[in-house]
Amino acid sequence: MSTEPVITEPIIEAVGLTKVYHMGGVDVPALRGVDLEAQAGEFVAILGPSGSGKSTLFHIIGGLTPPTDGHVKVAGTDLAAMTDSQRTAMRRTQVGFVFQRFNLLPTLSAAENIAIAKDIAGNHNQDKDFEDVLKILGIANRLHHKPYALSGGEQQRVAIARAIVNRPRILLADEPTGNLDSKNSETVLNTLKELNQRFGQTILMITHNPEAASFCTDRMVHMHDGRIVEG
Amino acid sequence: MINRIVVRNLLHRPIRTALSVLAVAVEVTMILMIVGVSEGLLWESQQRSRGVGADIVIRPSTSSAAMTLSTADIPEKLVDKLAQTFPEIEIATGTTLTSMGNLQTVTGVDWKRFEQMSGGVRYFGGGPMQGPYDAIVDEVYAKYKKVKAGDELHLLNQKFHITGIVETGKMSRIFIPIETMQELMGWQGKLSQVYLKLHDAADTKQVIAKINAILPTYPIYALEELLSLASADLRSMASQFINVIIGIAVIIGFMVVLLSMYTSILERTREIGILKSMGASRTYIIRIVMRETIVVCAAGILVGYGFSYSAQAAIAAYYPLVTVLILPAWLFWGAVIAVIGSTLGAFYPATKAARQDPIEALAYD
Repeated sequence: MSTEPVITEPIIEAVGLTKVYHMGGVDVPALRGVDLEAQAGEFVAILGPSGSGKSTLFHIIGGLTPPTDGHVKVAGTDLAAMTDSQRTAMRRTQVGFVFQRFNLLPTLSAAENIAIAKDIAGNHNQDKDFEDVLKILGIANRLHHKPYALSGGEQQRVAIARAIVNRPRILLADEPTGNLDSKNSETVLNTLKELNQRFGQTILMITHNPEAASFCTDRMVHMHDGRIVEG
Repeated sequence: MINRIVVRNLLHRPIRTALSVLAVAVEVTMILMIVGVSEGLLWESQQRSRGVGADIVIRPSTSSAAMTLSTADIPEKLVDKLAQTFPEIEIATGTTLTSMGNLQTVTGVDWKRFEQMSGGVRYFGGGPMQGPYDAIVDEVYAKYKKVKAGDELHLLNQKFHITGIVETGKMSRIFIPIETMQELMGWQGKLSQVYLKLHDAADTKQVIAKINAILPTYPIYALEELLSLASADLRSMASQFINVIIGIAVIIGFMVVLLSMYTSILERTREIGILKSMGASRTYIIRIVMRETIVVCAAGILVGYGFSYSAQAAIAAYYPLVTVLILPAWLFWGAVIAVIGSTLGAFYPATKAARQDPIEALAYD
């Protein structure tokens, strides 16, 4: 995996981002004007209590949902102006997701869970460098196991491998250690740190754990009530 | 890769997959069997009619081409009169027939004339009828009823003595002397049908025209014309029933596939969310669901073929009076109908899956 070239334009640029959900006839604001920038190769932690809008911000940056208002550019492309299918196409190559609950497909082996991401992206290239990534992740000898036969830590590392197999510009990790014990949490955080330091992978990570954030990230952003209050 | 997902998904839920396959199999079996029984009856009826050896058939004025009712209104003396009037006629004979239920008839014949007309009848046991309460049955009926020459047979509330077992495919399965039947049914001097065999079959049209001139009220047919008309009439009569059965079969397949795929999609909501988070397009999701359906459908069609041939063999073994013809064309159409029903059934779940919001899907438990 090659290091990202240094570019002056931020790889993530959110301006005045708002998101309002309509629930039971009531407007529920999740984001109330968020401005955020992240440079390529940065490892940013986003902290905040439940309901502060962290996940919504992730979903918008990851192209899973459009903002109600404001602009968000990912790798120079304005997601707010994209159609649903354009955002879907963007997710194939520009962003990778890691979830708290691992979200591996239970019927497929670890290797197949990684391969499906390549298949969806139409990526049929043999990537020999990816073997190095698998070594870093420590799952090279566990690839033929189904998720139920893997530990939580191993499942999360498979999920990380799946998220970066198409070399996305950004890795979005939503509480990646939330379901892990301290040992596995440390392993996963070390893995993310190494991916960031060794390969320059841009990472945005939601976490409740300030210690974990300070251990591996370059910068911490605090959110509260749909706004960035610090960072 | 999609194929691997498809196979794994189907194997992951074996009971539901098996039930879906079974539903499609039942759909295909219903179609093949109902058409097979209908075509079998038609084929068998035609074989037996051809086995008579006649060129011309005169039916009662009240009958249609497709069926002769249990009636006799043709004067018996007409047989000899026709034979004397038209030198083109080699043999003329009349029959009476009545239904015994279960699509079976008993036929009253002048056995000697019938044997002459049909070019001889092969016996598998016994010989011709001698007395008024003698009967002859064909080999299929004998096998089904487990009777042989010398046994008794109850017909028309009378006890008959089986004198012979004959080859199948000659007019009827059960024969009794025509005089006996006329007496039992109160049809003295009356016939249900008249068969004429000509010296030269090429004279058929000409002879029919001549007979029509003197018997304008009776339907008179060349045998092949009668078979063709009867075939068209029977197909027309059966088509509505067959269409209803096919409709029911399609609805069964459609409903089961719809339900199966719908519940499968509901269960896999989160998985669909995962795929969408990775950038899977609507088309990609639809392809997965539709391929699963096609695999289920293909398996169901093959199992349905197996069921149909097994049912055909079972009917031949345990109820040989009914012939089931599984026609290659209907193997194809049965499959096409199953594919259409299943595809329609899977369409809504597939589009529902494709339209799912990835965030809601990922939050699904």
